[in-house]
Amino acid sequence: MDTNLKHKLMRYMAGNFSCQEIAQLITDYLDGSLTLSERVRFQLHLGLCFACRNYLGQMKYTIATLRQLPPEPVPQQVKEELLERFRTWKQRHPQPSVKSETE
Amino acid sequence: MQDTLNLDEPGLVQALQAGDERVFAAVMDWYSGSLIRLAMSFVPSRAVAEEVVQETWLGVFEGIHRFESRSSFKTWLFRILTNRAKTRGLRESRYQPFGLTASSGDTDEGLSLEDSLFVTEGSGRGHWKDPPDAWEPDTPERVLLSKECRAAIEQAIERLPPIQRQVITLRDIEGVGSEEVCNILEISETNQRVLLHRARTKVRRELNPYVQGDTR
Repeated sequence: MDTNLKHKLMRYMAGNFSCQEIAQLITDYLDGSLTLSERVRFQLHLGLCFACRNYLGQMKYTIATLRQLPPEPVPQQVKEELLERFRTWKQRHPQPSVKSETE
Repeated sequence: MQDTLNLDEPGLVQALQAGDERVFAAVMDWYSGSLIRLAMSFVPSRAVAEEVVQETWLGVFEGIHRFESRSSFKTWLFRILTNRAKTRGLRESRYQPFGLTASSGDTDEGLSLEDSLFVTEGSGRGHWKDPPDAWEPDTPERVLLSKECRAAIEQAIERLPPIQRQVITLRDIEGVGSEEVCNILEISETNQRVLLHRARTKVRRELNPYVQGDTR
């Protein structure tokens, strides 16, 4: 291995994160808010640690599951009231001002 | 929803500004459930949340002609709801002030919950006490078919401190971007990420038994 690269790797390893730090940084990592150095150290740790890879997978799975949660049901009565309110409002404002074609 | 109406966002906004009833009905149908969910993180009951949603739509009727597409319609809508829900929540004396120091009783629970997964002393400090396994590769849609699992997730969200609940609802359930969420809730990016991480950690714990087949 190229000596330069080896030294760089060693330096990264020396400053490597613990598993606990990895867990704490997962949301920052997923949001892309880690610095370049942090991201490299984060990914290096992941490459070596199956437990942290699994934890990252679990967190991603949690997020994907939350995204699939259906919205709260809206009672039919509420829907009808909303439409009624809209009609009342529209009667009072028969010509709503439309801004421009680009809006 | 926009596909159903065959409208892109500018077209949708224009139709709303023109007071098109069909488009308003579809938009109210599409978003009201999400709005009720978000409102419930500010106010003490579903009934009040539904009232807040009604007030929000009134705000939309009144304000749509001033909407200038500086944000997406969805973000604008959530912002109107948040403003109304905050006011209503204050009136209902439940709304907690924003921030990490909010006196919600367990603002640090997410942090200590994650800390409890690690060795805290000796040479193994910072290592997993019990290394996490890979979860079953079942899809989230299938996992959510279990009523028990869905209830556990919903309850975990309900138990979150209000601000954590608001952040996770907007970010993960509604898929609103980080910057827009900070805007809607008037919090910093750093604060938002801390709150989101704590909230996710708690939901992950509740999901664990359903994807692993044990009760850890």
